[in-house]
Amino acid sequence: MRNSTLLVLGAGVAVMAAGMVMPGWLTFLLTLALAKGLVVMGLLLLMKAGLVSFGQGLYYCLGAYCVGVAGDYLETQNALFLMLIAVVVCVALAAVIGLLLCRYRDIFFAMFSMAFSMILYGVLVKSSAFGSSDGFNVKPPLLFGWTPTGEPGPLMAYGLAVTAVTVVGIFVWNYLRSPMGYAGEAVRENEIRVEYLGSSVRRIIYIKYLLAAAMAGLGGGITALAAGHIDPEMAYWTTSGEFVFIALMGGTGHVAGPVIGAVLFELIRTYAFQISPYTWQMILGIALLAIILYLPKGVWSLVERFTKEKTS
Amino acid sequence: MSALLETRSLARNFGAVTAAADIDVSINAGEIVGVIGSNGAGKTTFINMVTGYLQPSSGDILFKGKSIVGKNPRQVMRAGICRSFQVAQLFPELTVLDNVLIAYGLMQHRVLPMFRPLATGNSIKQAENLLQEYGIESYLPEKVMTLPQGVRKLLDIALAMLREPEVLLLDEPTSGVAIDDKFDLMDTVMQAVRKSGAGVLFVEHDMEVIARYSTRLIAFYDGRVLADGPVAEVMDNEKVKELVTGHHLEIDYKREVAHA
Ligand SMILES: Nc1ncnc2c1ncn2[C@@H]1O[C@H](COP(=O)(O)OP(=O)(O)OP(=O)(O)O)[C@@H](O)[C@H]1O
Ligand SMILES: [Mg+2]
Repeated sequence: MRNSTLLVLGAGVAVMAAGMVMPGWLTFLLTLALAKGLVVMGLLLLMKAGLVSFGQGLYYCLGAYCVGVAGDYLETQNALFLMLIAVVVCVALAAVIGLLLCRYRDIFFAMFSMAFSMILYGVLVKSSAFGSSDGFNVKPPLLFGWTPTGEPGPLMAYGLAVTAVTVVGIFVWNYLRSPMGYAGEAVRENEIRVEYLGSSVRRIIYIKYLLAAAMAGLGGGITALAAGHIDPEMAYWTTSGEFVFIALMGGTGHVAGPVIGAVLFELIRTYAFQISPYTWQMILGIALLAIILYLPKGVWSLVERFTKEKTS
Repeated sequence: MSALLETRSLARNFGAVTAAADIDVSINAGEIVGVIGSNGAGKTTFINMVTGYLQPSSGDILFKGKSIVGKNPRQVMRAGICRSFQVAQLFPELTVLDNVLIAYGLMQHRVLPMFRPLATGNSIKQAENLLQEYGIESYLPEKVMTLPQGVRKLLDIALAMLREPEVLLLDEPTSGVAIDDKFDLMDTVMQAVRKSGAGVLFVEHDMEVIARYSTRLIAFYDGRVLADGPVAEVMDNEKVKELVTGHHLEIDYKREVAHA
């Protein structure tokens, strides 16, 4: 195994251990942030190919509802099984929608992806079986029949989130260096050249779309297990916008960007809300403006700048 | 014996504009066919049709005796017909090395791997060798958008040659290249081409370049083949003088006036 992989695994274990001593609210915040980080990692694959999806909320919400609904109907709290269902269902839906979306670019891709998420939103709001706009509660997860009891209730979901981010992060890191990963940049730069090199641009985009859907479904599933409650808001376009927001904040230059962006986003939001409950969105907006102005490649570029200075 | 590549009454129109009216062209292995024709004569349209980028309105394209009409650029490329572009088609924001690595990566796999790295010791070596063959290895770490026109053209042609094509179609390989560098560029390309034994068709406006490299000459005019034969014969053809080369001089004259 490569050193960097070991490093990431080590970091994962350390972050997981830190969860044991963290205050409960922070564990909870980080769990939700990491779940969003997963969604944004998928978005990153699309953004590298020059495609901005304003509809990842579709799979985020669908993943969450899969966990909630399957948990109810199959009467199981098995976390791994429920997350598997979430991912499979999301990929299946993406396999259909992707056939259409891979034909579109730019604003059309963004708007079509948003439209599909709004359809899900509309359906859920009208479905009284799923609690309409109030959503419904999800039972706490079990892992091989075990669940932590007592005060640090969300510890289990936290563990799931850290594990998922670590595994998916290692995958994406390797993916971005593979021919399929580079194909994204190639598509962004020149589709004609890609076709003349013998690769189908549509197929490349399609596969990236499926992967992004899987990651968003996983993130949504973890959110459902962690929060214990889900509602249609997860498919609303503002949720999808949040993912784009996080991607811009964290930067798309590295896998760590989405994770850092998501944690930063949740922290700023929490504090902004405490400081000024009525204008917290403004604070978030100003934070994003500042980042775009001073760190156009996201917060991750700070790390890059720092490590480059050290090596040169 | 039938030709390696042959087109029969190939035609294409864009609405009311007829870009190609009736094109019959054949290319044999090892041949280097020059193509001349004034602006808008249909030369690029011809290459676009042969490589599957544009579908012909009518007519047939035979490659090794079989029709390839209806195939897309991917299939045509994999079959063995490759092209370069009038305006180099590259990945401008990426480095020359990444351009070549991606080109190899996409070409070598029908199903792109997701777990294996693109850049390995071997693939980098392979890219360096290719760039060396075209004399542009010193640009390896540069971003394509910063390269001089001539280097971009060479890189574009190098990517067309990766597949080791049986038929190579070059669309104005020396356009945008300084006069002094044209022959160097063509020497480099022709050396690589001769080694492969491919049949070549190249579009060119410079008569000196045509005279030096082609074994046969085709003159296009208004979407048709005006003349086809030995270079000297076609250049001497009265119609070609009147409609193609003469016209051409006039345009060059106008350009100079415009620049003065
Ligand atoms: N996509 C298109 N849509 C509409 N008209 C087109 C298109 N492509 C080419 N044409 C027209 O078809 C004719 C032939 O164009 P083509 O590009 O093949 O000429 P060419 O011989 O390559 O000229 P040049 O020397 O300028 O490159 C021109 O009149 C051009 O305007
Ligand atoms: Mg042309």
